[in-house]
Amino acid sequence: MSVKTITVEEVAKKLVNQEYLFLLDVRNEDAYEDWKIESDSFTQMNKPYFDLMDGIEPIKDQIPTDKQVAVVCAKGGSSQYVAEELDEAGFDNIYSVEGGMKAWSEHLEPVKLADLKGQGELYQFVRLGKGCLSYMVISDGEAAVIDATRMTDQYINFAKEKGVEIKHAFDTHLHADHISGGRQIAKDTGATYWLPPKDAEEVEFAYQPLEDGNDVKVGSSKIDVQAIYSPGHTIGSTSFIVDDQYLMTGDILFIESIGRPDLAGKADDWVGDLRETLYKRYKALSDDLIVLPAHYSFKEELNEDGSVQEKLGVLFEKNDGLQVEDEEEFRKMVTENLPPQPNDHQKIRHTNMGKETPDLEQQREMETGPNRCAVR
Amino acid sequence: MTEIKVDYTLDAKGMACPMPIVKTKKEIDKIEPGQVLLVEATDPGSKADMKAWASRGGHQYLGTEEDGDVLKHYIRRASEEESSEETSFDNKTDNEGLKSKLNQDGVTVVDVRESAEYAFGHIPQAKSIPLGELESRLDEINKEDEIYVVCRTGNRSDLAAQLLHEKGYTNVTNVVPGMSEWDGEIEGK
Repeated sequence: MSVKTITVEEVAKKLVNQEYLFLLDVRNEDAYEDWKIESDSFTQMNKPYFDLMDGIEPIKDQIPTDKQVAVVCAKGGSSQYVAEELDEAGFDNIYSVEGGMKAWSEHLEPVKLADLKGQGELYQFVRLGKGCLSYMVISDGEAAVIDATRMTDQYINFAKEKGVEIKHAFDTHLHADHISGGRQIAKDTGATYWLPPKDAEEVEFAYQPLEDGNDVKVGSSKIDVQAIYSPGHTIGSTSFIVDDQYLMTGDILFIESIGRPDLAGKADDWVGDLRETLYKRYKALSDDLIVLPAHYSFKEELNEDGSVQEKLGVLFEKNDGLQVEDEEEFRKMVTENLPPQPNDHQKIRHTNMGKETPDLEQQREMETGPNRCAVR
Repeated sequence: MTEIKVDYTLDAKGMACPMPIVKTKKEIDKIEPGQVLLVEATDPGSKADMKAWASRGGHQYLGTEEDGDVLKHYIRRASEEESSEETSFDNKTDNEGLKSKLNQDGVTVVDVRESAEYAFGHIPQAKSIPLGELESRLDEINKEDEIYVVCRTGNRSDLAAQLLHEKGYTNVTNVVPGMSEWDGEIEGK
């Protein structure tokens, strides 16, 4: 007997469109507490599969019979097992999420943010499962990718569908929470891979140094990607202003929070830089710029259209991390009571430096779990 | 480290979730209470699940040893008599009482839990002689010594203390509760 399945793409569409779904997560409680699919429009329930091995009695009365129920686990095996049990018990509305949280973690949802000058377009790729945000700037047959994840096929295929050629891959900084796809994209497409040199002192491959004031054109001089040195999350962190309107802040400034300076073990050294960047460098920019961060951490940060964006001026009024007048208090906020560091952040940094070359399965394991780049 | 003794071994290598736990559950129902099952698995998710599942069923998750790509999980089947709080051997002390005796000359600490339990955490000075082997290994314990017998909760050590007493050991003390609440120095995998 085979159970019905639902893909992570379908779950993502429901999340973005704020449709109803009953989600039964059968992973163990610690895994669920640590990291789960979050949506206000979903009903959530956690019951480990090993509590259901003698049958579904413990949950039978709590599962709706008239709505679609998606069962999810780590990789898709246990959800299928539980879905079969529910099927056998007479439920006909049960769907097992194909590939489980592993697939969820790898799904990217492209959201169009805007039209740019000269028939250009700007897309945000929302990694719903991990909160990573990456971008594609398209203009005049050319494209640039910013902070790409390791699911490089999804960008390359998207560019193909759009009929554009990826010319540049940028990383705003050396990532510690996810494996960068920038270098791979460059390799596969012949694009230039740009990385801030101060973050790249230990990297073991060739790259194009990305420095303050660099101005890179995408598509016959129509769109500028203007680099601004903005250290704090890392020493090399660099922001971009795209088409004079969009400020890509990397892991420095998020919508409801700010970046943490401790992932390379340098919290005390970098906290001053972080403050300087947020309270002086960004302050000097136009309030009308639209902030596009490299992460979001809270489902409240997702807008109704599935995008994550806000005006810089609004963030200066509302983001808690930008309201701390006292320097000492700021230092405390970003160096004390930090959330746990992302899983395997050290190995991820080494992978992004080219010092380690884990296989795909190891890369997946390294990235398992939530993103934790923010403090608020 | 000497080989950990187990009563049964389950090969769950190459199996994906949920099968390692499904098989473990079936297997543990077949073994005797108090016996130790070794589950060899390759699914990295099996560790957290094994631990959570075992505590649900009252089984004792002893620990996991990594051997290349293989995760070796050690589980001890729940045993009802251990949950009783009654011990009958009169000469008892609590964990603090034992702590004050460690490192004294003429003191021997005997840990009568299974070797797998011992392997994942024991008092550094303790000697491992599982209860089932005690009678045949009496020659390893000096009759002149002050002997402290420890297990997880004080029940197995109660039986061991009685046995030692019968065999002519005159200075035997049962440590209650024992390792379940031990907060002193510990050594193990």
